[in-house]
Amino acid sequence: MSSPVISLNNVSVAYENQPVIQQISGKFAPGSLTAITGPNGAGKSTLLKTIMGELSPSQGSLERHNIPIRSIGYLPQAADIDRQFPITVYETVLLGLWKQAGPFGGISADLANKAKEALVTVGLKDFERQPISMLSAGQFQRVLFARLLLQNAEVIVLDEPFTAIDAQTTKDLIALVMRWHTEGRTVIAVLHDLKQIRDYFPNVLLLARKLIAWGTTKEVLTTANVLKAVQQSESWFGQLEPTLFNQVETP
Amino acid sequence: MTSYQLLIEPFADYGFMRRALIASVSLGLSAGPVGVLLLLRRMSLIGDAMSHAVLPGAAIGFLVAGGLSLIAMGIGGLVAGISVALLSGFVSRTTILKEDASFATFYLTSLALGVLIVSMRGSNIDLLHVLFGTILAIDAQSLYLVGGVTSLSLIVLAIIYRPLVVECFDPGFLKAVGGYGPVYHFLFLFLVVLNLVASFQTLGTLMAVGIMMLPAAISQLWARTLPMMLVIAASSGALSGFIGLLISYHLGSASGPTIILTSSFIYLVSLCVAPQGVLKQWFYRYKL
Repeated sequence: MSSPVISLNNVSVAYENQPVIQQISGKFAPGSLTAITGPNGAGKSTLLKTIMGELSPSQGSLERHNIPIRSIGYLPQAADIDRQFPITVYETVLLGLWKQAGPFGGISADLANKAKEALVTVGLKDFERQPISMLSAGQFQRVLFARLLLQNAEVIVLDEPFTAIDAQTTKDLIALVMRWHTEGRTVIAVLHDLKQIRDYFPNVLLLARKLIAWGTTKEVLTTANVLKAVQQSESWFGQLEPTLFNQVETP
Repeated sequence: MTSYQLLIEPFADYGFMRRALIASVSLGLSAGPVGVLLLLRRMSLIGDAMSHAVLPGAAIGFLVAGGLSLIAMGIGGLVAGISVALLSGFVSRTTILKEDASFATFYLTSLALGVLIVSMRGSNIDLLHVLFGTILAIDAQSLYLVGGVTSLSLIVLAIIYRPLVVECFDPGFLKAVGGYGPVYHFLFLFLVVLNLVASFQTLGTLMAVGIMMLPAAISQLWARTLPMMLVIAASSGALSGFIGLLISYHLGSASGPTIILTSSFIYLVSLCVAPQGVLKQWFYRYKL
């Protein structure tokens, strides 16, 4: 097996001394397409933020092998972004050129064309001058994917990329994720929809504050494992997690 | 009354009016854009808190200089404002208190301390000067300060525009690309304090924030893109200074409050007729 892109060695993360995730170990192989899933509050976004360096492990260690954080393409949850901010679609997409232009540099005509091409790729050809506040949730997610396209990152981290968006947009954006996978990029995505994971993601990390299983989707998303994740979640919260529980079906 | 007598004569005849005009227009040009970014960062009330926080520094400067000295009070105000910003940031990052709560506690302490210092050693008139400003008594030295602050603010804003915007609307992205968000946040707070220090000499600590926030609110009612908001805020701030001074001259009213009320009037008109205003929204909603 080729050397991993990111490896976790017994990683635990705590907020104000309260453990959120505990003792996660495993590796993301180069070119792998991995879904991180689990009940609400399982620590999925916490794990992603730890990968992105926003949070530090309280125990254990996380290694990014020759991958500086700034070269990882990151799609935060839409809720983390101020959608009412008076910025246009084009200006938002241009931020994907941060590596080339930096905080102060100019945008050459060539780079500007790349931004326009990215907008065409995500199906927003005539939206350049639209303020982001005028976009639907799906259109806004397309903008963020166009920004990711421009980042041209080898490792791409997506936090709930298909939540609360329409079916057509989900289909188009999944096609983009598949394209990244075939190009050999490493993609890590937090997802809730088990069917979506079974259909498109070859690898899964199933989390319920502790690691339930990490491997191929067929091996991990068994009824027993999913139930274990839900039960684990119950023991943390004292209640069932219906979103995941309802989806426990035969794979 | 001819239009010359109405619009030009006050400035043509009196040097103090010309200086006041330059100061208020200059303040509007930089405080407006700074206010827009404060508004977009949902820090409007923090701007208000900061305007009060500069008072003890100004008061200590007043005591050290033995009177109304612009340089001493300006430096004092700057140090006090930055100290409150740093302390509030430290408390909000290390305790459960949010940034607005820690700002509130520090600015109230700061304000009380400032009023106490001025009342111990100065007269009520001095206190009134600090609280409400003396725009008609502006001298050349004050003009240099205001002009310098305006130039510096606009230059710094132009330089840090991109990271500041990203830090404001998608801080996670800035962090992910290694953009040093806290550096720009602090630089921006420094600009806020700088503009407040320049404003309190002319409008007073109580109303300094008015020339920041009212033009910013006006701009949000008219524009949907940030560059246009910045232009509208700067223009309406400068226009408020010009019209406010003329009204105060002709009616004999206090200049600082008249400038702020002029800005309030523009805001109220905008609230009714601007594209994002109440009437337009009603027309749109009920398809009138």
